[in-house]
Amino acid sequence: MSVLVDDDTRVVVQGITGGEGRFHTGQMLEYGTNIVAGAVPGKGGQEVDGVPVYDTVAGAARAEDANAAVVFVPPAFAGDALFEALDAPVDLVVAITEGIPTQDMSRVYRRLQETDTYLVGPNCPGLITPGEAKLGILPGNIFEAGNVGLVSRSGTLTYQVVDNLTERGLGQSTAIGIGGDPIIGTDFIDSLELFEADPDTDAVVMCGEIGGEDEEQAAEYIAERMETPVAAFIAGRTAPPGKRMGHAGAIVSGSGTGTAQSKIDALEAAGARVGETLNEVTEYVEQFL
Amino acid sequence: MRLHEYQAKELFANSGIPTPGSTLARTVDEAVEAAADIGYPVAIKAQVHVGGRGKAGGIKLVEDDEEARQAADEILGMDLKGFEVDRVLVEAAVDFVNELYVGVTMDRGEGKPVAMVSTRGGVNIEEVAEEDPDAIAREHIDPAFGLHDFQARKVVYDAGVDGDIARDVSRILSTLYDLWEERDGSDAEINPLMVTADGDVIAADAVFNVDEDALFRQPDLAELEEEAADDELEAKAIEYGFDYVRLSGNVGIIGNGAGLVMTTLDMVDYYGGKPANFLDIGGGAKAKRVANALDMVFSDENVDAVVFNIFGGITRGDEVANGINDALAQFDDIPKPVVVRLAGTNAEEGMEILNTELVQVEATLEDAVQATVNIATEVEQ
Repeated sequence: MSVLVDDDTRVVVQGITGGEGRFHTGQMLEYGTNIVAGAVPGKGGQEVDGVPVYDTVAGAARAEDANAAVVFVPPAFAGDALFEALDAPVDLVVAITEGIPTQDMSRVYRRLQETDTYLVGPNCPGLITPGEAKLGILPGNIFEAGNVGLVSRSGTLTYQVVDNLTERGLGQSTAIGIGGDPIIGTDFIDSLELFEADPDTDAVVMCGEIGGEDEEQAAEYIAERMETPVAAFIAGRTAPPGKRMGHAGAIVSGSGTGTAQSKIDALEAAGARVGETLNEVTEYVEQFL
Repeated sequence: MRLHEYQAKELFANSGIPTPGSTLARTVDEAVEAAADIGYPVAIKAQVHVGGRGKAGGIKLVEDDEEARQAADEILGMDLKGFEVDRVLVEAAVDFVNELYVGVTMDRGEGKPVAMVSTRGGVNIEEVAEEDPDAIAREHIDPAFGLHDFQARKVVYDAGVDGDIARDVSRILSTLYDLWEERDGSDAEINPLMVTADGDVIAADAVFNVDEDALFRQPDLAELEEEAADDELEAKAIEYGFDYVRLSGNVGIIGNGAGLVMTTLDMVDYYGGKPANFLDIGGGAKAKRVANALDMVFSDENVDAVVFNIFGGITRGDEVANGINDALAQFDDIPKPVVVRLAGTNAEEGMEILNTELVQVEATLEDAVQATVNIATEVEQ
């Protein structure tokens, strides 16, 4: 078992004819993902890697029975592309695009609340259920099927954590990169809820970073609702206030909120084990299982 | 991206928000002339992208030509928290009885805009928010509908604004929201919104920050962008297109992906070292970017050793290794010792390609960071 994606996930790729879309469609196919269609306005009737392209997401979903969309559309058009995916509709939308205007995301987020669709991202590496399906740009070869769920705000940090886990023989049920933007769809709590309900996820790794209050809110959820043990890591302990560390959301504001310490304290108080190093995180997971 | 006060005021004034009469001046003579035209008393205000200008001596109230000349002379050319002042706003001083705060921003937790009003304007609103959160009234806005008129009234009344000016303040708030929405604002603030003895309200300061991801559709605002870098190296990073933050330590750090680079900084600290910078070279690190990144950290005179940590997802280890070899081959003497660790896609090939006469290669992040910290500590002594 797993969460959000598996062998039954049928994917339409929005922006499949662009450079990124084309390359990663190849990579996803190679991993064994069921890519059933592409959607690009004006490109209907073409094929990419043998995958049929449609003019609209709704058309693609109807013709190929797709239930998920991966979005590689450039930022200026991505907001519209997300509305189109929600309208199709599909059960899961994964937005890889980086740099979508925040007000566009605010409107998408508002629409999302009226649907049952899960949106992962934007500005994220996507998600993967090892051995079954990968939706996004994660390097498939470092993952191994197993019973550790992983949720992270950062791409390459996720890879590093997964690499450590896999090396110790700790496979993953599903790994979700939720993205580092200020407004995202699926957040820590949504992901933790999914893992908590998944009988085959026996431990969860959560990688947060400075900025915002998502980790603090996740801590409340862990304290009140979770039985599955959680090991956590917070990046940015040494980040100075007022400096944006790459991700749009990764900033400790002047008033002292969003610090690594407040997140670590909240998570530890909730019963999660917070590693000071990534190795410690792996060790905690080993102890849990 | 931040607009200067005078640029934000122009936006506000064009939308119908009352602002004091003002003129931008770039020389002392221009400032004195503008002050005399406006009529004393006037405020002379430094136009730089830093907060707390008043406390730092960047704002002066003057009563006559002589004072105006002296103040303009002091402020123009002064160093305000690392920024040289090259222009001042000369503005009619407002005789006020009350100072309010009005603002619009994105509440990232809620994913929707929020309007804020407080009767405690004129001071640092973040401090008010911390000490007395109830002193700020807040109203969330449904982005599909915008700020309803009733909501603008509600938040103004909730804040405890006097009844006789409430209508004017709520109208200003509505205008501010519309402007924020149309021009892709991230933050829009009037602090203080001054209230005069006659019951007029007037925007004495103006903050308007634009969402950088939306500049493509705000071309006139994009033109106002000034590369406001804190120092030379940060300016260079902007030119190279890197996410870079300069810090004060001696361990140079290059990596890919914000979270992993932040983690590398934390590890340097964990092993007793001090990070010199945050540098994210992003995905698909081609030889040119690798060379530019090395140039960045080598240019930092504080750096004694460099750790180069790449986890290849899409980025291929062999490409990075070739990039590092090529970049370092340009030097007769490598300026600072470099420790490299590659992982992920084609990492093993990459490790073999790396020229170990030029760099030290380590297999894990921990080993690489520890080795770099040790070298940096030795060099320092």
